[in-house]
Amino acid sequence: MSVDGYLETFRREGRIVVVGASLAGLRAAEALRAEGFQGTLTMVGDEPHDPYDRPPLSKQVLLGKVPADHTLLARRRPIDAQWRLGAAATGLDLAARRVQLADGDAIDYDRLLITTGVRARPWPHELEADLDGVCVLRTRDDAVRLHHRLTAGPRRVLVIGAGFTGSEIASACRERGLPVTVAERGPAPLVGALGGVVGEVAAELQRAHGVDLRCGVQVTGLEGDSAGRVRKAHFSDGTAVEADVVVIALGATRNTEWLADSGLGAGPRGIACDAGCRAFDVRGIVTDDVFVAGDVARSPHPLFGYQFLSLEHWGNAVAQAETAAHNMVSGSADRRPHLWMPSFWSAQFGVNIKSVGVPPMGEQIMVTQGSLAEQRFTAAYGYQGRVIAAVTFDQAKWLDFYERQIEQAAPFPPEFTTVDRRTEGLQPVPAGFPDPSLPSHGPTITLSGHSPTDRRISFTPRRA
Amino acid sequence: MTSVALLHRITDYANRPDPYPLYAELRRTPVVRDESGPYLVSTYWEIKGLLHDPRISSDLRNLTPEAAKAGGQEHDPNLPPAFIRLDPPEHDRLRRLSMRPFGPPHTPRRVFDMHGELEEIVSGLVDGLRGRDTIDLVDDFSYPFPVTVICRILGVPREDESHFHEWADTIAAGLDPVGTAEEREAQVQGVRRARGELAAYLAGLIEERRRSPRDDMLTAMATEHGPDGQMSPVEIITTAALLLIAGHETTVNLITNGMLTLLRNPDVLQRLRTEPGLAVPLVEELLRFEPPVQMLPQRTTLADIDIDGTIIPKGASLYLMVASGSRDPQRFTDPDRFIPDRPDNQHLGFGHGLHNCFGAPLARLEAQLALTALVRRLNGPSLVEDPPPYRQNAVLRGPRHLPIAISGVTD
Repeated sequence: MSVDGYLETFRREGRIVVVGASLAGLRAAEALRAEGFQGTLTMVGDEPHDPYDRPPLSKQVLLGKVPADHTLLARRRPIDAQWRLGAAATGLDLAARRVQLADGDAIDYDRLLITTGVRARPWPHELEADLDGVCVLRTRDDAVRLHHRLTAGPRRVLVIGAGFTGSEIASACRERGLPVTVAERGPAPLVGALGGVVGEVAAELQRAHGVDLRCGVQVTGLEGDSAGRVRKAHFSDGTAVEADVVVIALGATRNTEWLADSGLGAGPRGIACDAGCRAFDVRGIVTDDVFVAGDVARSPHPLFGYQFLSLEHWGNAVAQAETAAHNMVSGSADRRPHLWMPSFWSAQFGVNIKSVGVPPMGEQIMVTQGSLAEQRFTAAYGYQGRVIAAVTFDQAKWLDFYERQIEQAAPFPPEFTTVDRRTEGLQPVPAGFPDPSLPSHGPTITLSGHSPTDRRISFTPRRA
Repeated sequence: MTSVALLHRITDYANRPDPYPLYAELRRTPVVRDESGPYLVSTYWEIKGLLHDPRISSDLRNLTPEAAKAGGQEHDPNLPPAFIRLDPPEHDRLRRLSMRPFGPPHTPRRVFDMHGELEEIVSGLVDGLRGRDTIDLVDDFSYPFPVTVICRILGVPREDESHFHEWADTIAAGLDPVGTAEEREAQVQGVRRARGELAAYLAGLIEERRRSPRDDMLTAMATEHGPDGQMSPVEIITTAALLLIAGHETTVNLITNGMLTLLRNPDVLQRLRTEPGLAVPLVEELLRFEPPVQMLPQRTTLADIDIDGTIIPKGASLYLMVASGSRDPQRFTDPDRFIPDRPDNQHLGFGHGLHNCFGAPLARLEAQLALTALVRRLNGPSLVEDPPPYRQNAVLRGPRHLPIAISGVTD
């Protein structure tokens, strides 16, 4: 049988299983249908809900502006799928091409897409984590619970971890007028994602909005009352704070445990895949029937030294899902690489924060426009003499330009002047990223793997 | 690099009815230095890139003296520039202050809440056409409608229109590159005089509002304090003048160009009658196909910039030919066809980046309501002459008159 013939039969009557029914899974399913896949499509998800959007959960939902069940993702097209919601996948048999479900069922596939994403990292001390009032925020149900707690008018909220999620939660608390303490092990909020220079601005922002921000401290213990409700947290500097809601915002854990014995190259850093979204097995051989997309994937990117990047970014989930879907139903010559420019946004304390590229690769940072003190600026990150990333506080409209700079591997520090250049923007300074091996709130981009080359490259994506 | 005199042909009044073939010629060289000095950029991606490029300035004071002289774009010593001719951070501060009483985040419902009021103005103007068999769409409708609206929003008495109309026209005409040095000098002097008179007029109004506040933007700009503080008195004047002129000289062309395009495409006109929802994408297509602002002639470079292999030197005058970019076949399929429900229509009609049109939400709503009402209520409309007589202005391009024969007005 010719392989082409196989592909045609597969497109007509093949079986595709998508494990992970959130943003990436849904967009992939839609893309599969848009690409003309007519076979059987099964969507497996561990949560009972239809696919919903997560960014509003730490913003509008906590503020009570949008009910948690109004966050369903808009559907781009009917996908005519068999839904297995509320049934987590528990195992994968690569040889038999079979996914095992928690409810005992098994589903056979011809091609598999894994979009299981990440989950909130729990508080490590189980007994303390079980105290009433200790929460995480990742899912819609988490958001309902936390919103409920905030509405009850706690005397103080403690947020542990000042990454993006923790900072957004603190922002929502302040907007609701609730006293909030933020404890961060690193020297500043957002330091893992944006470095110490920008982290200082984030710290100023938090303090100006009345957050009791404590950096450089660890929470050594949570204490409950006789009824099992959390009431107090102790810090490594000997201080303590009374709080009746504690939100654990220590970053994410990748949902790969179900693949532990499968032979797939899956681990705590995600599932390694090639630029075409095909998963590697543990021998380093690329599979041709297992694809990966979204937060759980880690794939090499030519713009960033072919490092394997894991991106916890909304836009990446969509773009990678579309590429994976296309490649799943295409012959090898028609496949596309996933070359998405990392980019994310956050809204906190009235400021819109946006970034492109890979800030944690940055050795130096230069404020090219605006001013850190005014909390309105654009800063470029440099890595080995080229622009590797940029971040804006309330200046997102300039990012397109910096994206081009990254694509062209433009020299750093930038050789040109710009509008709104201040004296602080005349010299680059160290970007101030902490040692990535120290546990912290976790960056939203994880760099991993080997960098085969640092040669200068030119990246020219095709435009619309 | 070739030196061409295309700009002269584009501004030549004889080419006003159809400049698009000239733009097509221009696009063969995406960046070209015109014989008269400025660099013209005519292709979509290059224009869009420059509109987001922080090495581009809108502040004339960054032109080299030669470029300023050649373009007649010298700084007005009497009155500081409005935010359209400023760079960040001054631009950003003034635009935030101006947006506060006009749009989100502080006043998100302003334009939305004007829906009923706008419809009333439209139906009043159309009612006035009863009993006529020929109308001039410009004088009878497209001009009075947006002018009434901008006057109400700002708080400028409509009955003073005869004064400021002339000032506004003179200032808008000043955007046009004209021929000889003497003509240019006369134009510059005329613009300065008009700006001075308009400023004096607005200063009086602002003082009045300060004493007896009303629900309008002049009052808000003169009395309210926000996180950015307040505009200085002279900043209020230049901002109010900018908004008054912009509200005056652009939407009129959008509506007139719209009706002209619909009368040239009767099948689309018929569709709009039965599908009012079509107005939304149709107005976007209009902004692409016949944009009221044809080019952005007021940009300069803060550094040498390499665009598509051409180095534009620091301090050069830069014309972004947005009407050409919106017809770039590299970006839009069938660019010379008017497709009212065109998908993926990211036109350059309102610009892009930090100077993107301040009044865009208002202009969109005005054009949508106006065209929907006109096609619904005018019976048997047909063009009396095609092409109609155009205004002199090549930058803010549109018909001076648009005579339309009608057989009646529906209620």
